[in-house]
Amino acid sequence: MSTTTTVGRVWIARDYAKCSGCRLCEIACSIEHEGKIWPEASRVRVFMQVPGVEIPHLCTQCSNYPCVKACPSEALSVNEVTGAVMVANEKCTACGVCIRACQGKVPHLHPDKKRVVICDLCGGDPKCAKICTKMRFDALLVFPRIPAVAYDLYAKSPDELTVNLAYKLYGEKAKELV
Amino acid sequence: MARGYAGKLLEVDLSRERIWETRIDEGILRQYVGGRGLAVRILWDRLGKKWREIDPLGASNLLLALTGPLTGYIGGGRTCISGKSPASNGIVGSTVAGEFPVELKCAGYDGVIVSGKAKRPVYLLVTDNKAEIRSAERLWGLDGKQTIKAINWEVRELLQKAELREGLHKEPGILYIGPAGEKLSRVSSVMAKWSHAAGYGAYGAVMGSKKLKALVAKGSGPLPDVDDLKRVKELMEDMYEAALDSWQTRFWGTGAGGFRTGFETSSEPVKNWQEEWHGERSMGVVNFETKMWVKRYWSDYGCPVACEKLACINHGPLAGAITDNPDYELQAYCGTNLGIFEPEGNIYVSSIVDDLGLSGINGANVMGFAAELYQRGILTKEDLGGIEPRWGDAKAMGELAKLIAHRRKIGKVLAEGTYRAAKEISRIKGVDCMPYAVQFKGIEVGAHGMRSGLGFGAPMGLGYALSSQGGDHTSQAKPPAGEAERTMGDSLVFCTIGTRLVTDSIWEFFTAVTGWPMKHEDWLKVNGNRIVQIQRAALLLGGPDIVWNPSTDDENPQRWYTPLPTGHKAGSAPTKKEFLEARTKAYADFGWDEEGIPTSELLKRLGLEDVDRSMKGLRK
Repeated sequence: MSTTTTVGRVWIARDYAKCSGCRLCEIACSIEHEGKIWPEASRVRVFMQVPGVEIPHLCTQCSNYPCVKACPSEALSVNEVTGAVMVANEKCTACGVCIRACQGKVPHLHPDKKRVVICDLCGGDPKCAKICTKMRFDALLVFPRIPAVAYDLYAKSPDELTVNLAYKLYGEKAKELV
Repeated sequence: MARGYAGKLLEVDLSRERIWETRIDEGILRQYVGGRGLAVRILWDRLGKKWREIDPLGASNLLLALTGPLTGYIGGGRTCISGKSPASNGIVGSTVAGEFPVELKCAGYDGVIVSGKAKRPVYLLVTDNKAEIRSAERLWGLDGKQTIKAINWEVRELLQKAELREGLHKEPGILYIGPAGEKLSRVSSVMAKWSHAAGYGAYGAVMGSKKLKALVAKGSGPLPDVDDLKRVKELMEDMYEAALDSWQTRFWGTGAGGFRTGFETSSEPVKNWQEEWHGERSMGVVNFETKMWVKRYWSDYGCPVACEKLACINHGPLAGAITDNPDYELQAYCGTNLGIFEPEGNIYVSSIVDDLGLSGINGANVMGFAAELYQRGILTKEDLGGIEPRWGDAKAMGELAKLIAHRRKIGKVLAEGTYRAAKEISRIKGVDCMPYAVQFKGIEVGAHGMRSGLGFGAPMGLGYALSSQGGDHTSQAKPPAGEAERTMGDSLVFCTIGTRLVTDSIWEFFTAVTGWPMKHEDWLKVNGNRIVQIQRAALLLGGPDIVWNPSTDDENPQRWYTPLPTGHKAGSAPTKKEFLEARTKAYADFGWDEEGIPTSELLKRLGLEDVDRSMKGLRK
């Protein structure tokens, strides 16, 4: 990966253990993209399969973009400036191939069922992390995307993350909860 | 069309297994807004004529779970639960936080009204513009943690099968009852997220009587459109700024009260209110924080404050206990009031009470009452099924909670709540137990005493004695204004902790969402006042098992006339004479006659002619 392609790019870091479950990220994202509060249309969604174990779930921009590669209708592309996955709504057939291609099962269909939704990094100024950091929860933080292989490894399903975090918070008791 | 509202209520008759939709007249919405206000109006319209005959635990009672226009926009996602209360026989607007109300609105409903009674255990699953009654046989008897787990997995499988929509589904919002509600305990809660509770009013028992284990909602739509999105966004920003300024509430939650309220304001219950002062530094928030909190900030939907903190004991003999914080109320009621001054014991008891679906205030008040009867030798180890609830013994107190929730031995009587249990145990034992019952009209009092004159409780206890919601510390009727201001948060349905921050702009917020004007003074004098007077009327009508008499029941518990024995305010307590004089004045301030009954003039001025007619039989 050459540095020229990543200069000025950002990555939304996620510190799951710090997520309060306030969903201000969902509110900010859906107001930005939908003009209203719409939790299921938000590009970041907070899962809470176990109370206290809140998992903000969003795209990590994998270096090899398996979702983009898998798209059969060329609806997905990589934004050259931000590195975000862009969805061309008119081309998307809502087939779900990108969801199956994602290790973290991050993309999801918009409630209108006509297209997939994926984080577009708000053009480089992500509103979700902005509010989270402003409120000092710091579960979502914006960092410069310097080259690293770790980003890809954040493509994890909420199920797996929930189990991990439940044991971290609740110890042995987690066995009964997950 | 009304902005900020989904525009319809879901109605379910469990006896006939019928589901339909109701639209609320816009005129009613403008007057009563939502939540507590709307619940009161609906209950009065449907049950008012035969109020006294309605058995709160019978099929004819209604269980309401209502949102308000500000639900989802102002942080904290609260649902208002109501119905005829099995604790007071009146109406309580009892709110609980979580994601349920947002899911419900996103599914297209402002609320749910449940009538009738199912033959076998069921739960209600609400999805986009529809609902179904599903079997809860597998869930009956489960504690809170197991209930949530089972429902989450079942609903996820259902949604994945039923919807063509690809991708993972988020879990639904859930309100449920634990074993205490199933066993019709008059100190049971409607629960959410393991440890959140609508406790006052004992609506867990109403759900239990209907064999309704849970209300579950999963919506995929947006929240309803608002009138002025730009203004709503600005007001939300103001709320965030105000939250940042209020750093103590954010950083410590209400958990700093566990020490401060005892030590500084001497208004914290200790050993069933035998004292209200303690200097136990072990209850300091720093000990909860450093020993137990696994998350400092734990929020409900849209809440920038996060006053709840997540506590877990993961080592030692009490390992496995999880609860939120505990917040001040449970620090007091599952802590100091049981003589427990160690965070571990406090969290352990709170966790058990949560799991059982007992109310951490009301159920734990009964536990303190029982422990004092044990201290005095009125209840024996044998009555208590072998349990010896000595002050400070967290394990024994946990067992006592189970005895009450499962109605074993004397737990069968204690499950009826402090007032009814005191009457019955007095009868069984031939000893007057009322001096040890600290409650108001069947509703156990919040953990805020008034004897020191320094606490959150209104002077001389009037706030509780004259409240339409009895001992509910969030709805005190402080003279001269009374209770109307307290109906605001419960009706617009927002959390009063989070939005103490934006109180000045609440009605502006309401207008930006709904497009309807409302002046604060109009709410206090007319709209809120209407809600309070209907509640007062319902409370005075009461029945069928108890009818309250204002002259003897608009009263403090006997213990609150006993001077404080310890602390820097030792010797302090109002006299009965002072109280009665203040009560007479407050009756006049509120527009009630000398007997405490709302006057015809007041009720007619508020347009409540039907309520006025119902009061005729009570007036002298």
